Amino acid sequence: MITFDNVSKRYPGGHQALNQVSFGLEDGEMAFLTGRSGAGKSTLLKLLMVMEKPSQGQIVVDGKNLGRLPHQQIPYYRRRIGVVFQDHQLLFDRSVFENVALPLQIEGYPKHEADRRVRAALDKVGLLKKEKMNPLMLSGGEQQRIGIARAVVNRPRILLADEPTGNLDPELAAEIMHLFEQFNQVGVSMLIASHDLSLITRLQHRILTLDQGELVQDAWQSALPTRQEPHQRSQE
Amino acid sequence: MNKPKRTAGAAQHRITARGAMQSAWQTHWRTARESLARLLRTPGATAMTVAVIGIALLLPSGLLLSMDNLRTLSGSLGGVSQISLYLEDEVSQVEAEALSAQLLTRDDIELARYVSPEEGAADFVRYSGLGDILRALEENPLPGVIVLTPAMLDSPAAAALQQELAAQPGVDSVQIDLEWVDRLQRILTLTERASTGLLLILSLAVLFITGNTIRLAIEGRRAEIVVVKLVGGTDSDVALPFLYCGALYGLSGGLAAWVLLMLGLLTLQGPANELLRLYGSDLVIAGPGAGSTILLIAGGTLLGWAGAFISVKQHLAAIEPR
Repeated sequence: MITFDNVSKRYPGGHQALNQVSFGLEDGEMAFLTGRSGAGKSTLLKLLMVMEKPSQGQIVVDGKNLGRLPHQQIPYYRRRIGVVFQDHQLLFDRSVFENVALPLQIEGYPKHEADRRVRAALDKVGLLKKEKMNPLMLSGGEQQRIGIARAVVNRPRILLADEPTGNLDPELAAEIMHLFEQFNQVGVSMLIASHDLSLITRLQHRILTLDQGELVQDAWQSALPTRQEPHQRSQE
Repeated sequence: MNKPKRTAGAAQHRITARGAMQSAWQTHWRTARESLARLLRTPGATAMTVAVIGIALLLPSGLLLSMDNLRTLSGSLGGVSQISLYLEDEVSQVEAEALSAQLLTRDDIELARYVSPEEGAADFVRYSGLGDILRALEENPLPGVIVLTPAMLDSPAAAALQQELAAQPGVDSVQIDLEWVDRLQRILTLTERASTGLLLILSLAVLFITGNTIRLAIEGRRAEIVVVKLVGGTDSDVALPFLYCGALYGLSGGLAAWVLLMLGLLTLQGPANELLRLYGSDLVIAGPGAGSTILLIAGGTLLGWAGAFISVKQHLAAIEPR
């Protein structure tokens, strides 16, 4: 579903954010991306969102080579990918419902269909009763869940999350991760950037570790018997 | 309509051609409503922008409307423009009437009327109020006159006619009431051209006013633009609300200009018609017709939209999620 092939990213200032990173994520796989601040997690996700272009190497997502994606195709590519942002990226001039409905509005869903889906997504994250409220009135955890509802509302095949539990207490963080696992169980491929090692090692999924822009570890934590053999790329 | 294929992943995205059209309509309708609501949320600022656009559109449209009225007026004046043929003293009434009848047979003359010196004197006494002076004279000093109404008015032809008439036997002199009409026409043409120039300049002003207002709106909604782009909004998705805003500014500005124009007209119509009546004209001041009204409002809308379009082209592309 996602293939990184010798991808490097050097920012105009000369900062080498990613260095020769290669890995693959299978369809329906769930993996964590970890590493210290500045290790390149966000850059990697930005490359997947085509917010940045790689300086070297190629990234293929769902059969599309992102380096060759024409500018006007980028929005349509983004619609196939759900993204949960650390800072939520919510709009505070509209209700919870309208925030979640945004991707469907953009895609041009008929209103009744969109309404149904928004409610389903809000129900999934447990915010159905707060749909009319302004996100500002909700807690950080709830805001994060609005962001998640928005990311999954058009049922993407890939879900990316950048530090989705960054500002949450451990209990809420575990809850959010559990939510992600549920999406993964219905076939959504997931890549979650998180530096919360204690949490993610407990969750028994593949962990990609970045250090100073290099992929230093690609370890499979699975104890789940239903999983196929991990897709392993030797980096050691 | 063929049924869309259900493929993995895209399975849930059932968007038929008809559905797409319906939803495009929904999107436009929703965007228009939201844009209007957004403008109404800041009534003071919106009113200010609309007023500026309205005034900018009022000036040239008011001038052009005045031109239209003056042109109608000068046309009607041209229609009644007269040629007076002053006859020599020796010409008798019978000869004069024969000449008048002969002139009437010409194609370029519509009306010919002989006014004898006696009639002329009577008229003079009646209209000038200076009858005493005339009565004090021993002889009637007025010559016989043939008053002609020519068929056409363009000045070279009229000049040729004048020469021809002056050469007629028994004609002393020919006076044409044409020059001031001719001058008025020229002044009108000049003013009209200046108004068109003003129209162009002020249209540009409207373009810049909306463009700048929209630029500020874009700055104010930067966060929203970023989010919309992040969740897959195309450049046109992002631009649409701003284009509607611009068009709404232009539309309201056009309407404001129309209302101001009508107010001005109502104020001036009474005295102007009175003045026209005093000059013996049965013309009345005309307002902008349906066509001009539509043109003014549609033109305003188009200018507002275009201003927004330019602004969007310049500033929106620069806002990308980082």
